[in-house]
Amino acid sequence: MAEDIVLLADQVSRYFDVSRPWLQRTLAREPKQVLRAVDGVSFRVARGSTLSLVGESGCGKSTVARLAVGLYTPSGGEIRFEGEAISAARAQPDLRRRMNMIFQDPYASLNPRWRVRDIVAEPIRAFKLLSSTADINARVGALLTQVGLAAADGEKFPHEFSGGQRQRISIARALSSEPEFLVCDEPTSALDVSVQAQILNLMKDLQQRLGLTYLFISHNLSVVRHMSDRLGVMYLGRIVEIGPAAEIFANPRHPYTKLLLDAIPDLDMVGRSRTPVGGEVPSPINPPPGCPFHPRCPLANARCKTEKPQVLHLGTVEIACHAAEEGRTTA
Amino acid sequence: MALLDVVDLVVEFPTRRGVLRALDGVSLAIEPGEVLGVVGESGAGKSLTGAAIIGLLEPPGRVAGGQILLNGERIDTKTQEQMRPLRGKQIGAIFQDPLTTLNPLYSIGRQLVETMQTHMKLSDRDARARAIKWLEEVGIPAAAQRIDAYPHQFSGGMRQRVVIALALCAEPKLVIADEPTTALDVSIQAQIITLLKRITREHGTSVMLITHDMGVIAETADRVAVMYAGRVAEIGPVAEVVKHPAHPYTEGLMGSIPSLTHRVDRLRQIDGSMPRLTAIPTGCAFNPRCDKVFDRCRRHRPGLVPSGKTQAACWLYATEAANG
Ligand SMILES: Nc1ncnc2c1ncn2[C@@H]1O[C@H](COP(=O)(O)OP(=O)(O)OP(=O)(O)O)[C@@H](O)[C@H]1O
Ligand SMILES: Nc1ncnc2c1ncn2[C@@H]1O[C@H](COP(=O)(O)OP(=O)(O)O)[C@@H](O)[C@H]1O
Ligand code: SF4
Ligand code: SF4
Ligand SMILES: [Mg+2]
Ligand SMILES: [Mg+2]
Repeated sequence: MAEDIVLLADQVSRYFDVSRPWLQRTLAREPKQVLRAVDGVSFRVARGSTLSLVGESGCGKSTVARLAVGLYTPSGGEIRFEGEAISAARAQPDLRRRMNMIFQDPYASLNPRWRVRDIVAEPIRAFKLLSSTADINARVGALLTQVGLAAADGEKFPHEFSGGQRQRISIARALSSEPEFLVCDEPTSALDVSVQAQILNLMKDLQQRLGLTYLFISHNLSVVRHMSDRLGVMYLGRIVEIGPAAEIFANPRHPYTKLLLDAIPDLDMVGRSRTPVGGEVPSPINPPPGCPFHPRCPLANARCKTEKPQVLHLGTVEIACHAAEEGRTTA
Repeated sequence: MALLDVVDLVVEFPTRRGVLRALDGVSLAIEPGEVLGVVGESGAGKSLTGAAIIGLLEPPGRVAGGQILLNGERIDTKTQEQMRPLRGKQIGAIFQDPLTTLNPLYSIGRQLVETMQTHMKLSDRDARARAIKWLEEVGIPAAAQRIDAYPHQFSGGMRQRVVIALALCAEPKLVIADEPTTALDVSIQAQIITLLKRITREHGTSVMLITHDMGVIAETADRVAVMYAGRVAEIGPVAEVVKHPAHPYTEGLMGSIPSLTHRVDRLRQIDGSMPRLTAIPTGCAFNPRCDKVFDRCRRHRPGLVPSGKTQAACWLYATEAANG
């Protein structure tokens, strides 16, 4: 049976022009500078499942999130939502209604001057899902209850809530247009662990109850492990390894995935010592030639320094690494 | 004798609407060479505990009760003038944002040299040689060439390495590190934590490591204090607190952290949230969220009592005699 794909990304790129202003640049005889925030990324998200993307700061996760809901147009490649090009999908209210996004910062993403009731009702009004005030209020009350708040909380303003409660309001708002696909960009990164647990549990409950599909973005591998069916690991604008989450956690093949997994402090590591991989993420403006990970990679050899590894299928995972392709385990 | 002994520390902020009690009887001790982790949710009082120890409470915040003893000597009663020579020489500090510690106008070499010369008799040349040695020790490549560089010329991870060198270069007995890796990427975090662990072990420095990341504590600390609503809920050897927590809050907290090694369907969840300072419940501050709450918890406040290998502030472990 063919997989039911909600979102498909095919070789998607997004470049940003980060040159200095034209006059300064011309005077200094500088070339244009282009930052490849996302560089040829492909993935698909099946209905009712969660695909997570992990990676360190600046690797392009939020840019993918914004591409996925059509807030950015791709510089190359294509994104399809329910089989339609994302720009066409966004032009149709019925398709646009079916996707939404939850942001990292529950403080910045809620309008402080609006009552919670109006914040949550906004998509209902925008998509004209209900018309009578009584119906809208009843629906908002039901949404607030669904995310663990009280219907009466609708009368309050965002500043009257804690960070975790504000994230619940964001989720209620995201759900109010009855979407099927949610892009969640670091939805718990600003929260304490005990509050994070409440939100992650809520997101899983809602997924089961409403059959939601998630594109889940995080830098926290433990959270990702908890949430995902499939997992993509990003480095400098590319996906270096993608496949079933359980498989990647059990048997990471890409050297960067191994590095990340090894870098995560875990409760089970009492007294453990380790040798972290050195170096830092290079600038995406001038990424290293060949495999962008080679300056930090313990397996890098001459080929890695010149030839960009292509994505290849290894069992159920896709991976971009010469060593993995060659079955090499030393430099 | 403990290197640092904090006894019943109370920190208050006078405000227009009355006095806010942000720390309410915090007690903890750090032995020479020991790493004590301090964890808790934001607002639990971790940073204030650290700030009170180094004498850097922001006015109008003030120590309103209890004692802080360093090597048996009270330091909470010292004036700013008297504290200044202790900072750097006795107690070093590392904060979350390296830019709050580093002066953007001075080269990193100058900052290291000045810090050392403030506390030790060193010629310019010796101080510079030592500064290079410190930069090498914290893993700055080509230290001799980069000593005259300015903070903005370094990445976040490199800056935090410089801050570690600055905190340790006058060889203090105790370092207070408040969220030293929170602003950094995971792979850099791992580098910095490993560095901090190695370098303080080699110099026999005690560390108070404040973080909300239990994984970092599990890996780094010898003992850990779990804070809740301005109090210590539980304190003990890290393996015990992680694996066999006694306090119901610690138990809930550990269960709410997703694990890398075993997956569960639902995380354990503590409902509700930590109370604000203006609404701390009477009795045990955790009682409205506790699934083991009983009558006494709502009326009387529990003190730290032994419970297995840890100490917990919970009535479940108090004997009748102890609580009267
Ligand atoms: N509008 C923009 N203009 C210029 N550069 C941008 C823009 N948006 C993102 N970038 C750059 O693109 C790269 C990827 O950014 P992105 O925000 O997607 O990273 P991220 O993986 O979400 O990081 P984080 O974990 O810090 O949120 C970064 O180098 C960033 O500085
Ligand atoms: N300058 C201040 N004025 C009033 N309250 C403060 C001030 N600084 C901290 N607090 C309060 O003291 C409590 C503990 O703060 P803090 O030690 O910074 O927490 P943590 O570091 O554990 O997140 C919090 O409730 C905080 O709001
Ligand atoms: S391609 Fe080469 S440098 Fe890149 S990850 Fe694989 S082995 Fe390392
Ligand atoms: S004292 Fe009572 S309310 Fe507090 S943690 Fe113990 S059992 Fe729970
Ligand atoms: Mg981001
Ligand atoms: Mg703090």
